[in-house]
Amino acid sequence: MTKAQTAKSGPASAKTKMTDTNLLLLITVIVFIIMYAGAMLFLKKGFLKPQTFLNILNANSALIITSCGMSIVMITGGIDISVGGVVALVSMSCAVYLDYQGGSVFGSLLIALGIGLAFGAVQGFLVAYLDIQPFIVSLAGMFFARGMTTIVHTAPFNVANEAFVALKGARILIPGLGTVTKAGKYVDAYVVLGVPVALLIVVLLFLVLRFTKLGRSFYAVGGNRQSALMLGINVKRTRFLAHLLCGLLAGIGGYVYFLYVGSGSASHAGGMEMNAIASSIIGGTLLSGGVGNIFGTFVGVLSLNTIQNIVSSIGLDDAWWTGITVAGMLCVFLIIQSVLLARKR
Amino acid sequence: MTLKKHISVSKQIFIPIAALVLLAVFNLLVDPAFFKISLGHNSAGDPVLTGYLMTILDYGSEVAILAIGMTLVTAASGGQDISVGAAVAIAGSVILRILVGIGGDGSLRAPIFVGFLAACVVSMLFGAFNGMLVAVFKIQPMVATLILYTAGRSIAAWINNNELPIVTDKSFTYFGGFIPGIPIPTPFFLAVVCIVAALLALKFTNLGLYTQAVGINASSSRLNGINPVFIKWLSFVLLGLCVAVVGLIKTSRLSSINYSVIAKDIEMDAILAVALGGNALSGGKFNIMASIMGAYVIQFLTTTLYKFNVSSDALPAYKAVVVILLVVISSPTVKDKLIGLQKRMKQQKGGGQS
Repeated sequence: MTKAQTAKSGPASAKTKMTDTNLLLLITVIVFIIMYAGAMLFLKKGFLKPQTFLNILNANSALIITSCGMSIVMITGGIDISVGGVVALVSMSCAVYLDYQGGSVFGSLLIALGIGLAFGAVQGFLVAYLDIQPFIVSLAGMFFARGMTTIVHTAPFNVANEAFVALKGARILIPGLGTVTKAGKYVDAYVVLGVPVALLIVVLLFLVLRFTKLGRSFYAVGGNRQSALMLGINVKRTRFLAHLLCGLLAGIGGYVYFLYVGSGSASHAGGMEMNAIASSIIGGTLLSGGVGNIFGTFVGVLSLNTIQNIVSSIGLDDAWWTGITVAGMLCVFLIIQSVLLARKR
Repeated sequence: MTLKKHISVSKQIFIPIAALVLLAVFNLLVDPAFFKISLGHNSAGDPVLTGYLMTILDYGSEVAILAIGMTLVTAASGGQDISVGAAVAIAGSVILRILVGIGGDGSLRAPIFVGFLAACVVSMLFGAFNGMLVAVFKIQPMVATLILYTAGRSIAAWINNNELPIVTDKSFTYFGGFIPGIPIPTPFFLAVVCIVAALLALKFTNLGLYTQAVGINASSSRLNGINPVFIKWLSFVLLGLCVAVVGLIKTSRLSSINYSVIAKDIEMDAILAVALGGNALSGGKFNIMASIMGAYVIQFLTTTLYKFNVSSDALPAYKAVVVILLVVISSPTVKDKLIGLQKRMKQQKGGGQS
């Protein structure tokens, strides 16, 4: 369906790229469906319950949001590995603000957005206007955020602020998807507040990338910076905006993460940048830029977590399997991409 | 031509030396006791030199060894290997697995040399894996090494079945500590051996020339009969060798291993050393000695920060600021601006005189 659409609406020169996007997206969606269906068939246990699927969303709404930001930066040909650190810094700062400074929930939300925007702006400036490698900039950003987190507060602690705890406990019940427990009681399926936020962001960004001038210029800059410049696109500003958006999304993602865990800790969101990059790549975003799809990223997050669930439910629940699985999946999809690119050349 | 080259090289090594002098003067002003070296005795009763400078020499050597490999990788591939910390964990784990094994009583089951050789082979294999992704599949180095960065510590824990083998044999502690009778920390000697080996290799083989050629322009070096795929791949394998040496030092220090903490953030130091050495992070020309100098300067900075009671968790924040300052100063845009400013000032000066 989308294939026909883009083939019609996309300019002729972008046709091959669009096919790549759809091919990568198709692979991802198929892999995800096969994995989940396989899990439902062979591992019955929890996978048949709708709540299991909703729990993946619940636990990963923050990852979905940060991955969306990562995808946008990657579409413009950059990368931002500071998102995990920013999430940790946001959690810790908000936690300290709520508990030690007696702050309000609204104020903490502003702090989260402020931190995200600040990281995005500084990194975007360094990358776009000073032309420094995005990886080095965000590597420094990651270490800075991690270091700052311990400087803000060292020991991990749970937030006791009443208004926040009430917000944290808020559940949105979904009628019709509930399950009957062993005791014969009907339990409604639920999602936490972060899930609608994440879904809203996915839809919004999908529309922005597809239908707005800014969205199209992200692709143009990532595809070929020189031709984008020739087309009259402000390349520097576009790259800056991509990083700014990624920073903002890391801030929002940080707050959603904070809302989910309800505590501040320097070790929060460890490796989240890896998962965000892995999700984007699995979702069909090309590292070389110019190709990607927010919906694919969303499916990427789901695939990544489904495979982790599968791995742990077939008995390989030692801690190290998670890291090895994520790395393995990342490796496979990277090689698929590389082969695709080589074929195109 | 040679004169010009000579000047540019000496300029390059000037950056870390200037940073070193700056740090030294700062420490001298704040607390001259920083430079005190005293002769003490360690728990075994052997004479050892202690003091902040010795700490720098000791721990800086780890970074220096990694900086050798990292410089080659940077020069050849135009990217950095961010998995070295995780790879050190794997190398250390392999050494302990060979020497003590799962459920061992701490006595050596195999000669240390055998354990080290095994670590070399495994590290080089992982280096070859990284190199293959970069050279053959043309994935950006930092993203390709992200895979091992993610999985490395898990693999390290898996090798020893998540146990923490402890070596009780005294001779194993020599590599990360002191050899009886010699008051200078052994890692320094290991670093010297590695440096000499690297310099000899660069002097007597075409490795350096080829690496630079590939880094400057891979396709034109291919047209000149150099195999860029092999050169890039080789640089990652050589980095694997450096990683194995650091793995030996790290495990020897503890006589054991801590999978999640060992060599944590060392990739940052190694990359920083390369950057501080004035090597272009986008590949091409390189100067190993400047990188090594950079490594010791980083350790100087780290030790200075520790002296001011900066906690090890907060350390990355300060280093990140240094990295950003370094890359901003060395970025072409800022350089152009600075040169433009200099010219304008000169013109103004000239205008004023006339």
